Amino acid sequence: MIALITSILAITLRAGTSLIYATIGEIYTERSGILNLGLEGMMLLGAVSAFATVYYTGSLLLALLVAALTGMILSALHAFLSITMRANQVVSGLSITLFGSGFASFLGQRLGPASNGHYLIGLVGKKFTPFDIPGLSKIPVLGAVFSQDILTYIVFLIIPVAWFYMYKTKNGLNLRAVGESPQTADAMGINIAKTRYIYTILGGTLVALGGAHLSLSYAPGWTDNITGGRGWIVIALVIFSMWNPSRAIWGALLFGGINAIQFRLQATGTTISAPLLNMLPYLVTIIVLVLMTWVETLNKKVGAPAALAVPYMRGEK
Amino acid sequence: MKNDQKEKTPILEMRGITKRFPGVLANDNVDLELFPGEVLALLGENGAGKSTLMNVLAGLYRADSGTIRMKGEEIEIYSPKDAMKHGIGMIHQNFKLVQTMTVAENVILGLENEDFILDLKKVGNKIKDISSHYNLKVDPNAVIWQMSVGEQQRVEILKLIYRGAEVLILDEPTAVLTPQESRELNQIIKQMTGEGKSAIFITHKMDEVMEFSDWVRVLQKGKLVSVVRTKDTSPRELSKMMVGREVLFRVEKKPAQPGETVLKLENVTALNEKGIKALQNISLNLRRGEILGIAGVAGNGQRELTEVITGLHKVTEGKILVEDKDMTNKDPLEFINEGVSHIPSDRVAMGIVGDMSVAHNLAMKEYRKAPLTEYGILHPKRILAMAKKMITFFQIATPTPYTNVKFLSGGNIQKTILAREIGACASLLVAAYPARGLDVGATESVRKEMISERDNGKGVLLVSEDLDELMSVSDRIAVMNEGRIMGIVPADKADIESLGLMMAGVPQEELT
Repeated sequence: MIALITSILAITLRAGTSLIYATIGEIYTERSGILNLGLEGMMLLGAVSAFATVYYTGSLLLALLVAALTGMILSALHAFLSITMRANQVVSGLSITLFGSGFASFLGQRLGPASNGHYLIGLVGKKFTPFDIPGLSKIPVLGAVFSQDILTYIVFLIIPVAWFYMYKTKNGLNLRAVGESPQTADAMGINIAKTRYIYTILGGTLVALGGAHLSLSYAPGWTDNITGGRGWIVIALVIFSMWNPSRAIWGALLFGGINAIQFRLQATGTTISAPLLNMLPYLVTIIVLVLMTWVETLNKKVGAPAALAVPYMRGEK
Repeated sequence: MKNDQKEKTPILEMRGITKRFPGVLANDNVDLELFPGEVLALLGENGAGKSTLMNVLAGLYRADSGTIRMKGEEIEIYSPKDAMKHGIGMIHQNFKLVQTMTVAENVILGLENEDFILDLKKVGNKIKDISSHYNLKVDPNAVIWQMSVGEQQRVEILKLIYRGAEVLILDEPTAVLTPQESRELNQIIKQMTGEGKSAIFITHKMDEVMEFSDWVRVLQKGKLVSVVRTKDTSPRELSKMMVGREVLFRVEKKPAQPGETVLKLENVTALNEKGIKALQNISLNLRRGEILGIAGVAGNGQRELTEVITGLHKVTEGKILVEDKDMTNKDPLEFINEGVSHIPSDRVAMGIVGDMSVAHNLAMKEYRKAPLTEYGILHPKRILAMAKKMITFFQIATPTPYTNVKFLSGGNIQKTILAREIGACASLLVAAYPARGLDVGATESVRKEMISERDNGKGVLLVSEDLDELMSVSDRIAVMNEGRIMGIVPADKADIESLGLMMAGVPQEELT
């Protein structure tokens, strides 16, 4: 029994890692007032570019860098459309998702070696492997937390850092002000466009790294639609976390946890149909999201940045 | 003490400032001088270019030509940050505060020389020092959205002092204050100027110009038309400079001849969106041929009051009767059918559809019925004919009836709403801040319309924050504070002092 719980916890963390990268990234983007619905596409392109890189170079670090760069380019495009061109952010984000999904599939059929018909699907590359933290990993059950790969350990670091930066530093204060009231921030000498560019691109980088985690660690390799809609789940998790990085972990663990449990169930050869089990994490996420948002709204604690998805123009009435 | 003016050098000089917007020359070669320790009033009608000029100074706009000198040295202002660097800070009409943040967080927002890791305790202590020095009562840890407008304004002043502003620009600072709060503001400004700081304030209230300022500069249609010492001029003279003609200060009106009761509120209580009681046990009585003024600082239940009697807001207790008919919690359409008209406080959001034509906006109330509609189909020619008639009668300045209403000036938008609402009004006219933000000429015509509606035997409920307006236009004045009626006085017996005390929450019975 203890072994089962330990393994569920281990899978939960692994399943949650990519979500946490993307959730924190999108929280930072949305806090600056930019809504990026391109997550799904950015995660997919992050995943495919990371896997192709590691397949040919064998360098995991380089793979992460390429994924990060992919995220930067795509989010810079979104930033240009939404900030400079003041385009509709929903449309721009959705276009990036549509483009990203299609282009990732395309690359998956073109970037592979000729021996595999130029397909990336079915190939094996280097991957991040779990390593134990001496001593800590021997703790019963909780030891699972200390037997992960480096990307998951970094998550433990990113969450507090992201929280501290947002709430306790000057830059974090400026960021929150830009998403809440750009008119005020502008009058106080904060460069709105620059702030939004920085955090949209930073957010996009983290989102793409979340995608890379999928193809380098969680499900090593490349398959079409490797994200399984995680980009959309992240958008829900951002709301669930009330735009607070310290709360990002709970939603990610919930989704990851249900995922882990249904995996285990399927492995035991249960009679419950597999598609139903596969659907479970998404269903629970939606139900919890609705309930949580409902409770928060009743408590008047709606946390969406007031200027989210509203283009800023100085002197506009 | 200011006789040695010739030897004093100005702390701030603007020379030949010109600013063009598409189709408008907002500032035409305007000069400005500000001396240390003095207050300059910038006077002018709406659209005269006062705010534009100040936004140039505060770094929000960039002038097309002209120079700015601070302490004799020419400076370039590209952004609010640059302005602040030179000691120029502006308090805008819509406060620049982040509602969800605390006072301390707002005060240090955007400051570059603060520590990377915020030390809000240190900031709080510095804020406390400033507040006790200037008698600006503010709690550094309070969150903005929980504060009254007066308190928020104090935060704005504090913010500028914290940033070391030497020149304070205030854009219509008293519009949202009680008379007592305005006096406090005046005290604070006096103390600051006593310490060598200077202030420029934008206004169109004459008595404030007289009370607050040392110098007056009058703008008209983007041009500087006169510069006078405050002590050498009078309100009458100033208003003449402002509009270029004499303006009536007291509106001419006959004594009221109240008829039967048109609106009756019995112990009405309503909640606002936060679940707090916005109206508490309100009882009112308004008769035909009478104007009932509602005084009070914005946010004390006036909006909810106008909304419950137009069907836009639900009451939780009490009764609303329009001409003896129970209209409690009825739909807006039913109120419209009873002949109730509404001039909303937010005229752009609630009064018009900006992207529709003037003609369609004018038809927006009558369009359901013949002759504008037949068999459910609109009759464009009749709509146009009606619109043309209204445009002429109410002197709405629009290029054509087909022009989208959002392209009109504030005054003409208000005239459009007025024309539509008065046209459809059969019993009760509810007008919330109908003259707010309008220039002197437009204000005069709006007030005249209110009175002529009264003389046509309709009941008028006039909500305003301008006590002069209430005292000259209405017949009785009810004062609201925190959702309660503090007292109702006949307008000819009202005085600013006791109205102000009631606005601040002192019940009528306790006034001596």
